[in-house]
Amino acid sequence: MALLELRNVSKIYHLGGEEIRALDDVTLDIDAGEFCSIIGPSGSGKSTLMHILGCLDSPSLGTIKLDGVEIQKASTGELAHIRNRKIGFVFQFFNLLPKLNVVQNVELPMIYSGVSGKERRERALRALEMVELGNRLKNRPSQLSGGQQQRVAIARALVNDPKIIFADEPTGNLDTHTGEIILELFRNLSREGRTVMLVTHNPEIAAVTPRRIEIRNGKIADKVDTRLAGLDRKSAVVPAH
Amino acid sequence: MGLWNAITVGFKEIWAHKFRSLLTMLGIILGVSSLIAMSALVEGMEKGSREALVAVGGLQKFRIETQPVPVEQRHLRDFATGVTLGDVYAIQNNAPEALKVSPEMRLEMSPTLAANGKTFRTWSTAGVWPVQLELMEHSIEHGRCFNEVDDELARSVCVIGTGIRDELFGNPEETGEEIIPIGQSLTINGYPFTIIGMFEHYESDQDRKVRLLRKAEDLARKEKGLTNVVTGPKRMRGWGGNRRGGFAFWMKNNTVYMPLNTMWIKLMSGQTNAPSDQRLSEMEIKVRDVTKLDLALSEIRNVMMVRHRGIEDFNFRTQEDWAEQINTFIQNARLSGGIIAGISLLVGGIGIMNIMLASISERIREIGIRKAVGAGAFDIFIQIVVESTVIAITGGLAGLVASYGLIQLIVALTPTDNAPILTIGAMAMAFGASALIGVLAGLFPALKAARMNVIQSLRYD
Repeated sequence: MALLELRNVSKIYHLGGEEIRALDDVTLDIDAGEFCSIIGPSGSGKSTLMHILGCLDSPSLGTIKLDGVEIQKASTGELAHIRNRKIGFVFQFFNLLPKLNVVQNVELPMIYSGVSGKERRERALRALEMVELGNRLKNRPSQLSGGQQQRVAIARALVNDPKIIFADEPTGNLDTHTGEIILELFRNLSREGRTVMLVTHNPEIAAVTPRRIEIRNGKIADKVDTRLAGLDRKSAVVPAH
Repeated sequence: MGLWNAITVGFKEIWAHKFRSLLTMLGIILGVSSLIAMSALVEGMEKGSREALVAVGGLQKFRIETQPVPVEQRHLRDFATGVTLGDVYAIQNNAPEALKVSPEMRLEMSPTLAANGKTFRTWSTAGVWPVQLELMEHSIEHGRCFNEVDDELARSVCVIGTGIRDELFGNPEETGEEIIPIGQSLTINGYPFTIIGMFEHYESDQDRKVRLLRKAEDLARKEKGLTNVVTGPKRMRGWGGNRRGGFAFWMKNNTVYMPLNTMWIKLMSGQTNAPSDQRLSEMEIKVRDVTKLDLALSEIRNVMMVRHRGIEDFNFRTQEDWAEQINTFIQNARLSGGIIAGISLLVGGIGIMNIMLASISERIREIGIRKAVGAGAFDIFIQIVVESTVIAITGGLAGLVASYGLIQLIVALTPTDNAPILTIGAMAMAFGASALIGVLAGLFPALKAARMNVIQSLRYD
C-alpha cells in the first residue's frame, strides 16, 4: 500500500465567477521511502499539490489517503494534528521564529504534540546533531547563515519523526554551494529510508531525485512522470550547475 | 500546547515589547487602582457615618417629642399636655416592644454653667433617669452616676462630659494633665451642684488615631529636647470650640445630666401639681428588636393616643432617616465612583484589545509557521487569550500596588475626617475585574488569529 494515495484530486478556486482549476483530476501514488520531486513552472499548480499533499489544504474533489487514512474531509483541526505527527516541512524562506533560539525553534512542533520539556530538549538536540548544528543551540536564527538556518528548519521537520518530509524550494534562497550541501542532506535522509518530496521549478535540482512528477496546468505531465526504472536511487548524483 | 507554555510565551511577548506593554498596562493599572481607591474612600466615609450613628444610640433608639397640636385640633390645645412622665410609666407598662424608656427634661433656654471662674452654656443639660446613660450609649469613666435615691431626694448632683470639663477646668491636651473634677462644685443657672461623675471621652476612631499620633510626636520632640509649646491665644477655627470630628461626638462630650427630679424641682420650680404629670421635653425609647421597629412604633402610638385622648401633641423622631441618608449617600458614592472606575477599566480593556490586534497582525507569519508545524486553531486561540490575560493580570497586580500609593496621595491632597479603608474584598474584586477584562479583550483578537488561513499567513510578508 502506498504511503500517499491521491485519486482524481481537484482543487477549484472561484475568482469572480470564473472557475480556476489549480489541480485537475490528479491521481498519484507515493510509496514509503521514495525520494521524489514535484517540478513545474510557477503557476503550474505544484504549490497547490504540495499544500494538499502536506495537509495544509483540502482538495475540492477526489480522495486522498495518508498512511491508510482518508483525510480529504478532515477538519482544519484534524489536519493540524496530522501535520504535527506525520509531516515535516522545509520552506524556501526557512520560516523560523526569529524570537526563539535554535533549540526552541526545533522544539516548536513537540510543544503542540504535548511532549514533556525534558524529552523535548533531548529530541531537539538529537535532531540538531543530525544536521551538525549541535554547537549553535542558543543562537537566534538571525545570527546564522542561510544554510545553517535551513538546517535548523530540517531539524525541526525531522524532530517529530514524520512519515514524510516536504521541502518547498529548499535551495531557492541559498547559493549554489550551500544548496548542494542541503540537497546532500536530503539525499542522506532518503538513504536512511525516509520519504522526501522536493518541490522545485529547477530541473537540475529535480534531477537529483530518482522520481520526478512534472505538473503543467494542474495536471501531471505523463511523459515525465516516470519512475526512472533501471536508475538506482543511490547512484543519482547532484548535477553540476 | 500546555497552559504553562502559553503563559511563558505571553511573558516573553510582553518583555519583547516592554514599552508598548507598559503603556497598555497603564490603562488597567489606573482602572484597578482607582477602583480600589474609590472603594477605600467610600468605606472610610461609611465607617465614619456609622460610628456617629452608633454614638447616639443607633437605629434601636427613637425619641418622642412634644409638638404643637395640628391645625385641625387647635380648639383642643388647652387640653394638650405634651409628653409627660405619666406617658413614660404608661409605655413601660403597656408597650412590651419598648425595652427601655427614659424621660428627659430640659430648660427652655440653655443654662449657664459656671465653675473655676469660667462660664459655659450648653444645650445638652437635662434631667434624666439613670437608664438614659444606657440609651444614649454613655459610659462613666470617673466617679459614679446618680441613682434612684439621688433622684427621689432631688439631690444637686450631676454627671458631666469631658467637653464640659475641658471648658471649665482645663483641657488635658493643653494643660498636659488629665483633670478629674469629681467632687468639685459647679453652678447651673446659679444653683450649686456637685460633680459626682464624668463620662469617657467620645471620639471617632480617626480622631483617636490623630490624637495619639500627635501625642507620640510631642513626646518624641520632648525627648529630643525640643519644646513644642505654642504660646499666646489659641486659634479658633470657626464656631464650636476646638471640636474635631463629627458634630454627634461633640454634642455627646458636652452633656450634663442630673436627676430628673432635681431638674424639675430645683431648676423648673415644679410646674405642675401631680408628680406623674411632670412635663417632659421628650422621652427616649429603646425598642426590643430593631426589625420590629414599626410594630413598636404603632404599639407606643396607641398607648400615647389613649393617654392624650386623641390629641396629637407629640411626634416620633427615629434615626431611620439618618440611617437612610447614610445608606443613600454611600450608595451614590459607590455607584458614581464605581462607574468612573469601571469606565477606566473598560478603556484599559479596549487598549489591550487594540494592542492584541496590532500584535497579531505583526505576527501573521509566526501564526502561519506555528500552524504549519501543527498548532491547532485552539492552540493559537489560547495563546492570544493567555497573552492578553497576562498583560491584564500584570497590570492588575501593579494596580494593587499603585492603589496604595494613590490612596496615600488622596489622603495627602484632601485630608478628611474619615481615613480611607483598604479592604481585601475591594482588592480581590478589582483584581478579578482586571483578569476578566483581560480574557474578554483577548477573545476577539484570538478568534481572528485562530481563523487565519495557514497558506496565506505563511506567504504573508
